[in-house]
Amino acid sequence: MQSSAVALPQACTRSRARTLGRVRNAVIFYVSVAILSVFFFGPFVWTVISSLKEAHEIATFPPTFLPKAWRFDNYPNAWSRVPFLNFYVNSIVVTGLATFGQTVTATLVAYGFARFRFPLRGPLFMLVLSTLMVPWEVTIVPSFLLFRTLGWLDTLSPLIVPHWFGGGPFFIFLLRQFFLTIPRDYDEAAKIDGANSLQVLWEILVPLCRPAITTVAIFAALFHWNAFIEPLIFLNTPEKFTVSLGLRYFQTTPMDAGEPKEHLLMAGTVIMIVPCVLLFFAAQRYFVKGIVLSGLKG
Amino acid sequence: MATIAQTGPRPRRSTLARREAVEGLLYISPFLLGFLIFTAYPMIASLYLSFTKYNIITAPTWIGLENYQEAFFQDAQFWTSLQRTLYFALLNVTLGVLGSLGAAMLLSQNYPGTTTFRTLFFLPSITPIIASAILWLWIFQPTLGVLNYLLSLVGIQGPPWLQSGTWAIPSVAIVGLWGTIGGSRMIIFLAALQSVPQEMYEAAEIDGAGSWRKFWHITLPLISPTMFFNIVLTIIGSLSVFSLAYIATGGGPNYATYFYVYHLFKNAFEFSRMGYAAAMAWVFFLIVLLLTAIQFKLSNRWVFYAGGESAEGADDAK
Repeated sequence: MQSSAVALPQACTRSRARTLGRVRNAVIFYVSVAILSVFFFGPFVWTVISSLKEAHEIATFPPTFLPKAWRFDNYPNAWSRVPFLNFYVNSIVVTGLATFGQTVTATLVAYGFARFRFPLRGPLFMLVLSTLMVPWEVTIVPSFLLFRTLGWLDTLSPLIVPHWFGGGPFFIFLLRQFFLTIPRDYDEAAKIDGANSLQVLWEILVPLCRPAITTVAIFAALFHWNAFIEPLIFLNTPEKFTVSLGLRYFQTTPMDAGEPKEHLLMAGTVIMIVPCVLLFFAAQRYFVKGIVLSGLKG
Repeated sequence: MATIAQTGPRPRRSTLARREAVEGLLYISPFLLGFLIFTAYPMIASLYLSFTKYNIITAPTWIGLENYQEAFFQDAQFWTSLQRTLYFALLNVTLGVLGSLGAAMLLSQNYPGTTTFRTLFFLPSITPIIASAILWLWIFQPTLGVLNYLLSLVGIQGPPWLQSGTWAIPSVAIVGLWGTIGGSRMIIFLAALQSVPQEMYEAAEIDGAGSWRKFWHITLPLISPTMFFNIVLTIIGSLSVFSLAYIATGGGPNYATYFYVYHLFKNAFEFSRMGYAAAMAWVFFLIVLLLTAIQFKLSNRWVFYAGGESAEGADDAK
């Protein structure tokens, strides 16, 4: 980035120009990053502010920046306007069970591909990767009909059970890459001590790959918490809704007396985002270190 | 394991190998079962359904290619929704990939505060789509929204955004870009940028290369596999655009954001035209495959695979 300096002929001007260039680059950096931060973070700030305004204040133009009266009771109001507690419980059940199944089975499958030789292993692994190319649109109609036959529509099962079967190509690929980086000598040593293959996995590989497995679990949890299309297709009655669908339900339910409800809707939105943000901060080092990526570079 | 198997006596070797094979297959059995039940069977079933008329209540009846004929020659929404989807994809792929690369290049300079900015950029990507749609709907609100208010301060009269025929798709794209530019795509670019050897830049500087030439001749070739990966995935993701339009615009105004998958969804779950939806799904699948195949074909010309680490990784993958 300190390019313009290089072209100058004299040594002393060069060093001065270089310092100037450095300052200029830092200014460019902070200005661009500040603009981008407003774009990325501003909407959150605006949502929180809007969620604390009074009904009539939110409908005034020009918009006020800080609320004139801080209406923290918008939150309990939003919470009780629709069965949010139900939505939350459903989302926690789905997220917990689906994430657990996905993480466990992805680990098992990845272990199978990383450490065992069996006929057609190469082609089968290609099959895993090729499922990445199958869009959900192609399978959704028969899946819907299958769940209908099983009597699973309007239950949480279609959101949970399919994730107990290997956890998807992405996670299998990622965990297999990690298992491959661990020397087999460790496995052999454990086997000589009489460990069976499940013990090798649980006592040797899982502890060594904990960051990767945690990353998989976090991504899976965010995915299930945020899922919208599957709940939309498989659920019908509000008591069964996850938070995603519940918020949609809230958005589309008219208020009594045509009152504005944006402030409550914003409060509901904040209520939904908070767990994601908490999870993100709790697990930030896994995102920031980019552990996932070392596996992807292959 | 390998050495034991080779040196051991014959019968033992085969029992060991068989045992290993059985164990391995057992470990991957969740995938095998899941593949059969939730991928292979639905794919075949939807291919079959695409040749039938099926409204769920009565049994499917075979109608041959009629669904495909209807899609290609009678259903005007089939082509227009595909067109809208491609327009959205064009915006989303070019701006999204360039945006993520740009943001990654900014953040790879390691100025103080970079971690905080990385976090700020990343947050939208973990925000549920329903929440993003609702909060942007409020920002884009034509008369009370904060965006048009801010524009009015600098003397611009903002368009009605999501409620405008011309601005609706770009507005949906803005929401989509907001939610993806700073996400995993940016992090993948960051990792790629950090793996470019610093000495290469230093050597180029000694040879008098400017920042543009360093980018063009060093950075870009070395991150081209990552670029390729990101482009392919972003194209596939963009073609699936649905939820944002469903929540924020309901496909409107006047069908302006009625995308392909929206049309498919409506046919399947609102009109109960399962056969037609299945045909649309297969056409969609073929479009995705075709676009990806073209990408792979073109990649020979611009993607540069260095030897060593990445080549080894590619072997592992196969």
